[in-house]
Amino acid sequence: MTDRKSPKTTIRQMPEPSRRAFMAGSAAMTAALFAPKTLFAADYPTEAVNTTGLAVTDDTVTIGILHSVTGTMAISETGSVQAEKLAIEQINAQGGILGRKIEYIQEDGASDWPTFAEKSRKLLVNDKVASVMGCWTSASRKAVLPVFEQFNGMLYYPTFYEGLEQSPNVIYTGQEATQQIIAGLDWVSETKGAKTFYLLGSDYIWPRTSNKIARKHIENFLDGAKVVGEDYYPLGHTQFNSVINKIRLRKPDVIYAIVVGGSNVAFYKQLKAAGIDMTKEAPLVLTISVTEDEIRGIGGENIDGAYACMKYFQSLDSPNNIAFVQAFKDMYGEDMVIGDVTQAAYLGPWLWKAAVEKAGSFDVDKVREAQIGVELTNAPEGYVKVHENHHLWSKTRVGLAKADGQYEVVFETADLVEPDPFPEGYQ
Amino acid sequence: MFSDYTMNELGAIFAMQGFAGLILFSVFVLMALGLAIIFGQMGVINMAHGEFMILGAYVTYLTSNLFADYLPSVFGLYFFVAMILAFIASGALGLFVEWVMIRHLYKRPLDTLLATWGLSLILQQVYRSVFGAREVGVSIPDWMMGSLPMTDMIEVPINGIFVMVLATGISLAVYFMMYRSSWGLQVRAISQNRMMADAVGINTAWTDRLTFGIGCGVAGVAGSAFTMIGSTGPTAGQLYIVDTFLVVVFGGAASLLGTIASAFSISQAQSIMEFFLSGSMAKVLTLLTVVGILMIRPQGLFTLKLRK
Repeated sequence: MTDRKSPKTTIRQMPEPSRRAFMAGSAAMTAALFAPKTLFAADYPTEAVNTTGLAVTDDTVTIGILHSVTGTMAISETGSVQAEKLAIEQINAQGGILGRKIEYIQEDGASDWPTFAEKSRKLLVNDKVASVMGCWTSASRKAVLPVFEQFNGMLYYPTFYEGLEQSPNVIYTGQEATQQIIAGLDWVSETKGAKTFYLLGSDYIWPRTSNKIARKHIENFLDGAKVVGEDYYPLGHTQFNSVINKIRLRKPDVIYAIVVGGSNVAFYKQLKAAGIDMTKEAPLVLTISVTEDEIRGIGGENIDGAYACMKYFQSLDSPNNIAFVQAFKDMYGEDMVIGDVTQAAYLGPWLWKAAVEKAGSFDVDKVREAQIGVELTNAPEGYVKVHENHHLWSKTRVGLAKADGQYEVVFETADLVEPDPFPEGYQ
Repeated sequence: MFSDYTMNELGAIFAMQGFAGLILFSVFVLMALGLAIIFGQMGVINMAHGEFMILGAYVTYLTSNLFADYLPSVFGLYFFVAMILAFIASGALGLFVEWVMIRHLYKRPLDTLLATWGLSLILQQVYRSVFGAREVGVSIPDWMMGSLPMTDMIEVPINGIFVMVLATGISLAVYFMMYRSSWGLQVRAISQNRMMADAVGINTAWTDRLTFGIGCGVAGVAGSAFTMIGSTGPTAGQLYIVDTFLVVVFGGAASLLGTIASAFSISQAQSIMEFFLSGSMAKVLTLLTVVGILMIRPQGLFTLKLRK
């Protein structure tokens, strides 16, 4: 433990004893989440594992973290940064990747899409990072995509998003739209007997594409179900009284809400103020855009009784998840909450580590090849596996929002849901 | 358009939509009053108006926590205390900002735009550093949530009524200060002719500072009230700034009545269109109409008649 600050040096001088001591010491923090592997930098000479001039030395490898920590999106992206740093710290505590400690360079996208592109260029060209954990909005991902493809970088993207994309330079660790939407609609139709749906969203690509998929599924695959209304409001809209009146008039069984950001808070507060008690489920509110993070702003008492459909909830009762939540709280404080995207961001460094070790190399082309089929057996959300379309196989779950700001998991798909970024019949 | 609904339903729609429009009207009035004082009377383009509102919202958040911890028995009443504190906090910040920054820029109105925009960025980052980047949840007393059922179809949200009462109260207060107090007389004198006002012995520097402070204080009260209907985060003030300027400019900069008339027409138009069209389309049409009217009548709906 005396050499904790520079474990790699110690390992090469006197490998066995001090490495064990080091790992025993860090076991409490990592809570034996991911079984450590015994890999030594000496077995993987730098010139062999890095043939393309990445920032890899004999005992370190540098990656990039690229999120907004200032500006509008800082609200959402802060959790992702925290999760990625936690994963990196845990990986380092286990001995790093191919015997090398991960160092990171963090850049701020500042909620501005051209800034994202500029910073990703800096990370790839100047810093020569081996991979990048980053982006949150689709707009920022679209902005950095040409840069990653031009300079052959590797991006691990954590957000659930609209699909319709599959880049060789991106691994999508969140769900694409069909994974998130279809299982939830099937569930609400089967268990709640829902027939009529009111689709609502903020006015940009993700809610519109998602609602398009939802509408196709409702009209073509759910027996006798129909959409009775569809509405979009500008980002940042704060007055929902008119649409609430419309909803009250159409009397849908389900309000399918994909409202994001500050609008979310306004929408749920006004829904409650208008006398629509979500716990009575008439209408039932089903959302795909409210994670535990958003509930902090909305207030648990204002969304009590709504359902959310995504792949991860903080309340998930599995040993992996309990250990993850504890490690997260130990690092950032007891009052932290963890949403779906935060968990997906946490998977990024682990997936990359698994691919690098499988490839025995940091070279982006080899990592990309090795990445397909990589599985994590003890991710917080459970078992996940990388599909050849660069998305993850994962389960979809439905959670019931509680007044304390947490979800109670009421449903989970029996099998992993296959990612299908270009769904046939939904275009 | 109407064929899907029965007569009965149509009646209820118009009643509830009318009410939704009135709530929106009150929200607009609350947002715009502070700016109407500052921009209308002083000609300062205050881009940080939204951030003064959010200061009020954060003060409300702190007050609610304070009451929940130390005075849980009277938690239901904290909102009134919070609004007074919000007025004081935002007003004090306004006085300070006027003294440090604005007073040096009175002769350069366009520069106030840049300076106050910079100020808004600074304030956003301060909120982010102090309260964190995430939105905070302000717990609203139970009696303010929920709705009053009028008939089977028609329900009226209580917080909507509260906002309406508040908007009326503050409008009246501003009206009396503006047109029935010596301060108001001085403010109007300065806005009409600064040099003459100076010459007849009005302390223009102090009146300016007070005017700016009061405008900011009113913004703080508005922000406090909006914790009921919107989010409280470092950048939430940005959500309001466009609508606020829209209302003030459309109404005619120097006219309180104009601000109210413009808030009324914009809110009614928007809530009616929102019902029959999609939300985004309603916004587009509202903006187009306002731009069209301003092209014909650049001074806004109401103006002071002056001999030039």
